[in-house]
Amino acid sequence: MGWSSLDFGPFILSFKLAGITTAILFIVALPVAWWLSQTKARHKPVVEAIVSLPIVLPPSVLGFYILFALSQNSPVGAFFEEQFGIKLVFNFTGLVVASCFYSFPFMVQPLQSGFENLNPHMLEASYLAGKSRLKTLLNVALPNIKPALLSGLIITFAHTVGEFGVVLMVGGSIPGETKVASVAIYEMVEVMDYGSAHIYSAIMLLLSFSVLLGVYIFNRQYKKHLGWRDD
Amino acid sequence: MIEIAVHKKLIGSSGPMKLDLALKLAEKSFVALAGESGSGKTTLLRILAGLEKAEGKINVSGKAWLERGKSLPPQEREIGYVFQDYALFDNMTVEKNLLFVRKDRALAKHLLELTELSKMKGRYPATLSGGQKQRVALCRALMNHPKILLMDEPLSALDPSMRTRLQQDILKLHKEFGTTTLMVSHDPSEIYRLADRVILLDHGTIKQDGSPKEVLLKVKGSQKFSLTGELLEIIKADVIHIAIIAIGQQIVEVVLDEEESRLFKAGDTVQVSTKAFAPTISLTGSTSHL
Repeated sequence: MGWSSLDFGPFILSFKLAGITTAILFIVALPVAWWLSQTKARHKPVVEAIVSLPIVLPPSVLGFYILFALSQNSPVGAFFEEQFGIKLVFNFTGLVVASCFYSFPFMVQPLQSGFENLNPHMLEASYLAGKSRLKTLLNVALPNIKPALLSGLIITFAHTVGEFGVVLMVGGSIPGETKVASVAIYEMVEVMDYGSAHIYSAIMLLLSFSVLLGVYIFNRQYKKHLGWRDD
Repeated sequence: MIEIAVHKKLIGSSGPMKLDLALKLAEKSFVALAGESGSGKTTLLRILAGLEKAEGKINVSGKAWLERGKSLPPQEREIGYVFQDYALFDNMTVEKNLLFVRKDRALAKHLLELTELSKMKGRYPATLSGGQKQRVALCRALMNHPKILLMDEPLSALDPSMRTRLQQDILKLHKEFGTTTLMVSHDPSEIYRLADRVILLDHGTIKQDGSPKEVLLKVKGSQKFSLTGELLEIIKADVIHIAIIAIGQQIVEVVLDEEESRLFKAGDTVQVSTKAFAPTISLTGSTSHL
């Protein structure tokens, strides 16, 4: 099998899914991470445990629950179907929803630890300068956790590209709709099309490596820019 | 006039403690807050800034900052705060650090000129020395024309020569702006140079309150000249004994007789004093100022 006959659809779908998921999660995870980093609430560990669940749950379990919750037979699925005419399973929308659950901790955790490592006096200095919590978050906290922010964005993106179990459970393998690269590779191996599987896998490997390399180079440059010694 | 009457339960290093303070600060005064660590100095500053909760009353020139459980948020208190660890905004240049507080370019320029930082205005905090960072922090704290300037051991992380430089800057800015200032400090020479009043805290209460002279000069009795130091060692030399004593950063020798040498041991805190002779001073170097 040659390059010309290779279908890049699954790759495009994977990256589209990862891009949308990352954008949504940045907006959703930012206030959660900020709250977790600043709060002294007694129930903080409960929230942290819930946020981190997708890391330890087998993707099949997570996928099963999401499938169950989003199907037409559940209140959530029925509501979306009746009110907006949107089906949430076995289509791209469903994949986005499932990916957001699946990758949530990968966005929250780097941001939260970035915020927690900030000098609390720096944030207090901003409050004392008369700035609100929102202005402090956007103008002081966020710009000072650039490496953590970039890690969060990239890891969320990469983790979503690399997702397999949840996608298979919630999306199935509909070409052009839910058949992402990881699922495509699985199917190639299943039908013993090792040539295509090799090419697909090599592309995934190369892309993943380039992205991670880019992140680490950025982090080094960023530290130099701020005048930190690289030791 | 700033009137403070606050109380709060604290968990100190030596168990639970009650902070209970009532004091008044005159406008434009420079007050030093001294006392052992854990005596409540930083907590008082943080309560004044609204960064920590407390019960009681705080009234600043007729405006209630804290009254009957109602606390004005730190954003509305108009406070300048200088932290021991500078706490500059690392993502902003020196000039932006000042302008973030208030978009007043003229004031920022003036402050940077007074502290000789004009050349550094485009630099990021990470490229500055400790002394430069603290000067930036001092300028930043004055950007919103604060009602009170609070400084929490602003100079304790700096080396002695840098400290002298910063003390001059603090004094210069205090003269220029007349901001009512409350500064936590452990250094008697710093307090003597800067403050017109010292409040000594002990376990959350005021132990002493007076002028630096009254509080810092511990001379009792009829001595004319007296220093407190730590006895490091007693050396026997022929028939006499020599006591090696550390006073501040200096090491001095004092001759003792056989009987005296038995009264003291290494580690004792001792007072070195003289009555009969008047000590003289002579110039050895000058760090000139103002």
